Amino acid sequence: MPPALTRAAMTALLLLGAAARAETVLVSNEKDNTITALDGETLRVIRTVPVGERPRGIVLSKDRRHLFVCAGDSDRVEVLDLETWRVVRHLPSGPDPELAALHPDGRRLFVANEDDNMVTVVDVERAVVLREIPVGVEPEGMGISPDGRHVVNTSETTNMAHVIEVESGEIVANILVGARPRAVVWEADGRRFWVSSEIGGTLTLIEREGWRVAGQVGFAVPGVPAEAIQPVGMALSRDGARLFVALGPANRVAVVDTRTRQVERTLLVGQRVWNLALSTDGTRLYTTNGVSNDLSVVDVAAMRVTRSVPVGQAPWGVVVRP
Amino acid sequence: MRRTRPRPRRSLLPALLLGLLLSCAAAAEPAPVLGIGYLAWRPPPARPVASTLLDPPPEDEGVQGARLGLADNETTGRFTGQRFALEERIVRGPEEALEALRGLAAAGIRLVVADLPAPLLLRAAGLPEAEGVTLLNTGAPDDALRNEACRRNLLHILPSRAMLADALAQYLAVKRWRNLVLAVGPEEGDRLYAEAMRRAARKFGLRLVADRAWTYDPGAQRTDTGHLSIAAEAARFTQGTPAHDVLVVADEAGQGGGGWGGGWGDGLAYRTTEPRPIAGTHGLTPTLWSRVHEQWGATQLQRRFRARAGRWMTPRDHAGWLALRAIGEGATRARSTDPAAVLEAMRGPEFGLAGFKGTRLTFRDWDGQLRQPVLLAEPRALVSVSPQPGFQHQFSELDTLGTDRPETRCRLP
Repeated sequence: MPPALTRAAMTALLLLGAAARAETVLVSNEKDNTITALDGETLRVIRTVPVGERPRGIVLSKDRRHLFVCAGDSDRVEVLDLETWRVVRHLPSGPDPELAALHPDGRRLFVANEDDNMVTVVDVERAVVLREIPVGVEPEGMGISPDGRHVVNTSETTNMAHVIEVESGEIVANILVGARPRAVVWEADGRRFWVSSEIGGTLTLIEREGWRVAGQVGFAVPGVPAEAIQPVGMALSRDGARLFVALGPANRVAVVDTRTRQVERTLLVGQRVWNLALSTDGTRLYTTNGVSNDLSVVDVAAMRVTRSVPVGQAPWGVVVRP
Repeated sequence: MRRTRPRPRRSLLPALLLGLLLSCAAAAEPAPVLGIGYLAWRPPPARPVASTLLDPPPEDEGVQGARLGLADNETTGRFTGQRFALEERIVRGPEEALEALRGLAAAGIRLVVADLPAPLLLRAAGLPEAEGVTLLNTGAPDDALRNEACRRNLLHILPSRAMLADALAQYLAVKRWRNLVLAVGPEEGDRLYAEAMRRAARKFGLRLVADRAWTYDPGAQRTDTGHLSIAAEAARFTQGTPAHDVLVVADEAGQGGGGWGGGWGDGLAYRTTEPRPIAGTHGLTPTLWSRVHEQWGATQLQRRFRARAGRWMTPRDHAGWLALRAIGEGATRARSTDPAAVLEAMRGPEFGLAGFKGTRLTFRDWDGQLRQPVLLAEPRALVSVSPQPGFQHQFSELDTLGTDRPETRCRLP
């Protein structure tokens, strides 16, 4: 086949593949003040979109049309239109928003304001603050229960998971976890959730029944100093049997059996791994690597890192848009 | 810094707080208030004229950090049902300091943050009335306190001079800037800083090609043509030094602007015979804290502090904050405000303090020193953080800084 034809055939194949997968991987680049959009099939960069200063947490709207971007240094949440690739609106968010979570109703966005010890609830349609809830020092992680009744917020200096009842806005439980808690991930049945503790180097598993600590998971990686093992972002496998945990400067993703709470293995990814997202079909795991400025791709079935894709400077958040 | 404007602290409605306490602290039984002492000796400035008008040492240096630490502890305490109180005693004389400590001890306080120079700290720790009181040292970097003069009732929040010197030496070794000239000031602190630097040089394979005492008088800045005499002194001092890579300055009193006297260290850069960078107490400085530090969420702490104090957080402020947070974290983990239980948790193997250095801080069991990374900062930028990658240790890389277990001269009963 002449080279031109080969290329055309390849392109056609790629296009077909893209149509089959048709998902977009969105990455926030903390240092560049941009969002990188990658084609989920080819993992090519489709475009790089400028947003506000220090974008970190990113959340997809319920209709998948918009991306909510926590632009911490701009003190606002930006609404990025994923069809026109423009920032179309700002949401009031309170100072220094870092992470956010969207309620299943698609309207209420729960934002952690690192600077003033508050969780701000924003109506994303009317762009108004509905409520401010005082929590511990330096609120960070946000996780909403699948039924939408509870939101869990972690506070980094208070070292707690605060369970907030969504309807009343009241804190119903404060659970002590390891030092500097970061992310919260609920299991699909809504009966348990996981909290990662960056400085403590642990995960805490908490049961909804009585808001009890059901267990802790620690990590040890041969050849990596204990202090470098700093769990941050987490993602559950599709079947919920495994929890992937980004270990920060240990440059590893740990794979935890959610039933036995044993660490099955650790996978070497890029440097300073922050956050994780699973592809829609659950076969691939994407990791943002803040120091090596790339995205690692894990083949979930083979439990192998298959690719590294350069993105912007200091990639932080990652979501997959089906 | 991209943005440094202090923010007004949002005032939380007391009613809201009360409601919160009632609604969510049902689990926590009311615990007694944990009283924490804060004892600082603030001598009147030794010299009437500071070497520079820039950055005079704030009157409330140190205690502002402790107050912020208290506020952070109280925020956590809202959820755990724990309450804390800070008893501040800021005194002008040594005898007054001892008297204040006796008073705190008599009031039942068992944990005291102590911003005192080493000799006074030792006298305080040795008071019969202070038996059962643990002092958290935020004022004395002296290595002797971590070695031959160590005491069971001292915990050291400040990094020791050896830790600072090792942090710098590791960086110089990594850069292969191996040949050093040492300029040593006349004060006791300068002598000890230089001694730590000499030991660090041996430890990390650096060479002191010249080791000289600085004997000139400081304070010419404000005389007309003072810059000429300063430049002449620097030139005379550095003339004829063997080939070297870095000039290491030991002028502790002149650190951070020289408000307490000293300050000659500021008069060396750009005036040396050979064009060489300055490090040590001036130039590239190993330090517990610096206003240039923004990593690992430090921006949050810098903003909180500035909003409250209206100025930058100094290393002494940071030590005060760390001391309060160590106690707060101990209380959280012990689930108790009983000082003995808090202390046990602080010294325990599970303890880990988040101090905006990207790793957990713990206490060394052999000398009570807080194990911590050390920043290497110049006045407007963070240059590096030690331990440097590659300096390995069988237990903790942080123990490559300062006196390690095998070489400690501390013998605690």
